[in-house]
Amino acid sequence: MSPPLEHDYIGLSELHSPAAVAVAVGAAEDGALNLKETELRLGLPGSELPDRNDLVGSLSLGLLPKPLVSGAKRGFSDAIDGAGKWRLAAVGGRSEVDAGKGGALFSPKGENCDGQLPALGNAGKGKDAVAKATEHERKAAGQVGIANGNERGVAPAAKAQVVGWPPIRNYRKNSMATNPPKNKEDADGKQGSACLYVKVSMDGAPYLRKVDLKMYKNYKEFSLALEEMFSGFTIGQCDSHGIPGLCDGLADSKLTDLLSGSEYALTYEDKDGDWMLVGDVPWEMFTDSCRRLRIMKGSDAIGLAPRAMEKCKNHN
Amino acid sequence: MVGRFRWAAMFPDEVWEHVFSFLTSDADRNAAALVCRNWNRIERRSRKRVFVGNCYSVAPTVAVRLFPEVRAAVIKGKPHFADFNLVPSDWGGGAEAWVEAMAEGWPNLEELRFKRMVVSDDCLDLIARSFKNFKVLSLVSCDGFSTSGLAAIAANCRNLRELNLRESEVEETCLNWISHFPESCTSLVALDIACLEGEVNASILERLISRCSNIMTLRLNHSVPLERLVGLLQRAPQLMDLGTGKFSARHNPQLFSRLESAIAGCKNLRNLSGFWEPGLTYLPAVYSICEGLTSLNLNYATIQNPELVKLISRCKNLRRLLVMDLIEDSGLVAVASSCKLLQELRVFPSDPYDAAEPVSLTEQGLVAVSAGCPMLHSVLYFCRQMTNAALLTVAKNRPNLTCFRLCIIEPRTPDYVTQEPLDTGFSAIVESCKDLRRLSVSGLLTDLVFKSIGASANYLEMLSIAFAGDGDMGLHYILSGCKNLRKLEIRDCPFGDKPLLQNASKLETMRSLWMSSCSVTLGACRQLARAMPRLNVEVINESGRGPLVAQPDNCPVEKLYIYRTIAGPRTDTPQCVWTI
Repeated sequence: MSPPLEHDYIGLSELHSPAAVAVAVGAAEDGALNLKETELRLGLPGSELPDRNDLVGSLSLGLLPKPLVSGAKRGFSDAIDGAGKWRLAAVGGRSEVDAGKGGALFSPKGENCDGQLPALGNAGKGKDAVAKATEHERKAAGQVGIANGNERGVAPAAKAQVVGWPPIRNYRKNSMATNPPKNKEDADGKQGSACLYVKVSMDGAPYLRKVDLKMYKNYKEFSLALEEMFSGFTIGQCDSHGIPGLCDGLADSKLTDLLSGSEYALTYEDKDGDWMLVGDVPWEMFTDSCRRLRIMKGSDAIGLAPRAMEKCKNHN
Repeated sequence: MVGRFRWAAMFPDEVWEHVFSFLTSDADRNAAALVCRNWNRIERRSRKRVFVGNCYSVAPTVAVRLFPEVRAAVIKGKPHFADFNLVPSDWGGGAEAWVEAMAEGWPNLEELRFKRMVVSDDCLDLIARSFKNFKVLSLVSCDGFSTSGLAAIAANCRNLRELNLRESEVEETCLNWISHFPESCTSLVALDIACLEGEVNASILERLISRCSNIMTLRLNHSVPLERLVGLLQRAPQLMDLGTGKFSARHNPQLFSRLESAIAGCKNLRNLSGFWEPGLTYLPAVYSICEGLTSLNLNYATIQNPELVKLISRCKNLRRLLVMDLIEDSGLVAVASSCKLLQELRVFPSDPYDAAEPVSLTEQGLVAVSAGCPMLHSVLYFCRQMTNAALLTVAKNRPNLTCFRLCIIEPRTPDYVTQEPLDTGFSAIVESCKDLRRLSVSGLLTDLVFKSIGASANYLEMLSIAFAGDGDMGLHYILSGCKNLRKLEIRDCPFGDKPLLQNASKLETMRSLWMSSCSVTLGACRQLARAMPRLNVEVINESGRGPLVAQPDNCPVEKLYIYRTIAGPRTDTPQCVWTI
């Protein structure tokens, strides 16, 4: 194999020799990875790709796919995904700083809902990405062609959210969060959005706020955040958490504590349009069904408790 | 020019003004203004409509003074990437300076259209009080105001014809702002409140609509239930543009037939949108007017096939379709065979982040529409896979494309069949579509594609690039080519200092350049700012590294916004923004 010849064939005259060396490395690895890719693809059920044997044939003819050529400029020849479905950043391999930046853009997808770019790393991160990606392509059973869409990180890691990508408006994100597509099988309909903004209104407060429910893992975190947002918002003190009724596994006694001890009650409107007290159901169920929140005067909330419990029973 | 013959002296100014009044496009008026000093003076003193594409390109007081007879102004603020959270929320784009200057100098202002500006309630108050004959307020993608400000507008603008809040973020402080429209208000022609998140009192709205017999556009928000829509439609059968509220309700055959006949009664309906939380049972209620529709906006409607296709296939006269990818390839094939007059297609992702259950929308759908719709010239398409072959086919089928925005959701996705970059595909687009004005590229791309774009895209005005290119050459190709480029926005590309410095003068021929997460250094910005006094070079560094003045030249720049201006550096930059 003589990658530099391929370059001349394609006609890229900007290449300098150091880049050609990078290409050689890239080519070798890429070729190897492509073969790996071939092996895997044959095994994927429901694959819509053309028979990979054809590709193997074409590979042996020495026709290197164009990415190799452009790989010349990449400082990251080793950071090429084994599945070949997508390639990592093309960063002019001029400096470590640049290379680092490029790698960072493609760090392994991590659980990151607030849209921050993964911290600037170094080349090492890129290699990690490769290792993980290679590992996952074996597990990938997603729809073919969804480039990396379904290649998740290890176990619970969701995709890292690159800020502002894909380029859809905030407005759409929020609208979709409260209006998710109804899937055909309702039972396992998933809310695909990574953010779940709901409005919080407080009786007597001059304006509404919005919170992203997916940012909190439990009621405690959530209530702390609300407290911050609506400082001066008193809910009374009942137990060591400081937030009566906002713990999982609520018992009747806690509800009565809430109603007797505090001025305000935190309520939410659920999918069915009913207003419920926050804290009745497990956190995940709450985030799934909560449409919006209202901090209402305790006296208004009295009628809510019994219904909430009944509903829980109905759902179970 | 014939000797010293003075054209302008042939006729009095008023005659020239009258002649100029037939020049409707800004470009034509601009051209006339350049002919000679007299025409410049006469034109600008009689200009009624002014368009300011970048609110910081000229000082408001200067603009108001130069064009004293303006009746309609369009002002745009934040860069486009602000839509995607790339611009800090306090960056700027405040409308105060403009509104204050206009209140002073344009008391006869009738129409004000802001886009991506921060408009406060005080601004709205000032607008409401300052312009006696105010007719049109359009706040597109704006924020900073609340329903209290809207109440002020409603209460004080006696001749208000149009109130448009498209895609703005509005705080809800005044619950019944709609009730502030006085009983005497009968002038409303267009009301777009679809973006409002709070409850809108449907009864008050109904009374308002009843007395505004000229109402043509009514776009409701999600809070208006289907039952109330019936009443509204019955009172406004002359509607041409309807945005429904919530489009579902409990199964109720009576409601269905009332809705059906109310809609059928709107024989002039041409634009349909809304469909918040759509329920399938009520969709057929709109079937009767489908044939008359020229624009259908389902981009927030989570309807799936087959109901979605059933609806769209009836709209045989559709020019404009906005839809979610729930339509899938099969749906687009149906569109290609039913909607032969289609000119604009936008397909949005229903599940942009997780794709847990991916939709079957691929490059095939795009190809089908490009083949079946001969008048298609504007495309915005979100998908997850693409091939060069598909792009080549689209280019061949539709050389009349003027706007092509393709977003392959995963960055740097190659041709999924050949694994190659999508250079050849996009090159084919720019080479074939000679009138292309707007282009957004995505997927795996090398510098080659930029070479093609620079060389072939002669009429390109706006270009968006993300996660593409190999190095400086890519940007250099663009800046040294693309003769008509006005707006360039780039993110996460390995473009550095050299092409910027080499093409500094190009930047003055453009409205603006945005670069974020590229490889530009502070030193280059300093050089550029020194060399080009009529550019504002704004560096945005949010990571709080300390004052930029102290940073060395090789300090990397996170975000860069460069725009031409005759107003000099602006005075309202927040902490994270430095004008070099």
